Amino acid sequence: MTTITLDPVHEEPLHVRGVPLSRVVGVELRKMFDTRAGFWLMASIVIFALVSTVATIAFAPESDLTFYTFSAAIGFPMTVILPIIAILAITGEWSQRTGLTTFTLVPHRMRVILAKVIASLIVGVASMLIALVFGVAGNLIGPAITGTDRVWDVSLVHFLEIVLGSLISLLLGTTLGILFRSSPVALVAYFVISFLVPTVLGLLAANEPGFRDLQRWVDLNLAQSFLFDGTISGAQWAQLAVATTLWLVLPALLGLRLVARSEVK
Amino acid sequence: MIRIESLSKKYGGRTVVDDVTFTARPGRVTGFLGPNGAGKSTSMRMMVGLTRPHAGHVTIYDRSFAELPNPGRVVGVMLDASAQHAGRTGREILTLAQRTMGLPPDRVSEMVERVGLTETAAERRVGTYSLGMRQRLGVAVALIGAPSVLILDEPANGLDPAGIRWMRDLLRAFADEGGTVLLSSHLLHEVEVIADDIVMIGRGRIVSQGSKEVLLKGAGTVVRARDTEALERALGDSGLVTTRTHDGALHTDAEPTVVGLVACESGLALTELRTADGGLEEMFLALTADTEREGKAA
Repeated sequence: MTTITLDPVHEEPLHVRGVPLSRVVGVELRKMFDTRAGFWLMASIVIFALVSTVATIAFAPESDLTFYTFSAAIGFPMTVILPIIAILAITGEWSQRTGLTTFTLVPHRMRVILAKVIASLIVGVASMLIALVFGVAGNLIGPAITGTDRVWDVSLVHFLEIVLGSLISLLLGTTLGILFRSSPVALVAYFVISFLVPTVLGLLAANEPGFRDLQRWVDLNLAQSFLFDGTISGAQWAQLAVATTLWLVLPALLGLRLVARSEVK
Repeated sequence: MIRIESLSKKYGGRTVVDDVTFTARPGRVTGFLGPNGAGKSTSMRMMVGLTRPHAGHVTIYDRSFAELPNPGRVVGVMLDASAQHAGRTGREILTLAQRTMGLPPDRVSEMVERVGLTETAAERRVGTYSLGMRQRLGVAVALIGAPSVLILDEPANGLDPAGIRWMRDLLRAFADEGGTVLLSSHLLHEVEVIADDIVMIGRGRIVSQGSKEVLLKGAGTVVRARDTEALERALGDSGLVTTRTHDGALHTDAEPTVVGLVACESGLALTELRTADGGLEEMFLALTADTEREGKAA
């Protein structure tokens, strides 16, 4: 028989202070790591970065063994893993029904979503820094093995552009999570948008010359590619802004409306 | 103190919660009783802001739930003990609540012990928990912020008899300390045993509410004597109207004390004398039967 111990009950509510956003962000960050699936997803960032670095040293032609090659090799798996992390951070509340607790402890859904977005961005930026470390290490070790010259062909600005490109992919995941609130649907939607849609738009542009000009404005993947290449310039920034508005901002606004109104069961 | 005023919810054209008004008071356990699908869970979700009411509102100490600066410190909520990520450990789930509320870290171990989960159980993933263990964890999450109000949906579900006893003692002690407890149940007996006030709901509407004493008193007295016919005459002579129950006892609207006095004066030996709980039970059975018929028709 357990004895009952209770805290003193206050008949009038305590004068407690609100929950600061930083605390919600901290909790949301913790929730991204504290399950087996979450832990391995995070670990896979480091594992893929390591595998990509080693594979680049082993298989890339000697003339291509430059810092940019390392960055591209390490960066690609990031654009797949980071959005998955961002999607699950949002959809888990509905798929796993943890929202029942989350949204009663912090009964402001926009605040919780904001905290999740910040937590995802922190993970995104940290991952890019990990990628940078592996890229630098790869570019130090690789040419030493092959005896070729080290080529540092990624400037700071270019690195920041790559970070931005990756964060756009991550935020596309967040947007789809908010919009669909279901892990499988959001994951499928992400892969359709980032792999199928660009192919279709590319084919369309190739066969329909009239569409070619429009493609630059609506193809998010194309707009992002200039960030990764480091060749982005004036008009392409504008095209990136338009494509991002179309694929990220508008769906996110619709999704937020749905989140605010939806019933948490 | 939870004040629920004219709360209503419609899904499509169907009214699930219909103009529900009642108050759960400090120092008392309020039982929210009704058959499955009567609108209890929907009402509770509306109280904590998870579902938007179609009309009406709920205040907790004169503030809406969303206005509470740190709700977990005022209201302990358990709506569904199974709504947890199966991959998190019990301790981790408590830690998330402790951090969100900004409580000292040692609260976690304290709560694990207080709800009777072992340290080993707390380190296990919730996916391996029995329903009873999940209920205990859910109560721990509800109590960790030292709230003054508890809102619990079917807290006794899945508990073994010892667990039910524990839950009852815990809620009793919480109310005796001045806390407000609102719990739902689809079992009349459960609510009778634990609640001070009963709010009975059927098909979204409140059909009866009041303190347990009043609701039970309204049902009159059931009495048996060795010579029931003699008792029936004696009661009739004293001006009390009696009816025969289906199992041969006598039912009257008078108080048990009055019936006992009449029997004593007539020198009749009673074999049973109790307050009839039939009123509430009959009403509840009728509600349940209604719901079941609807279920079959649908």
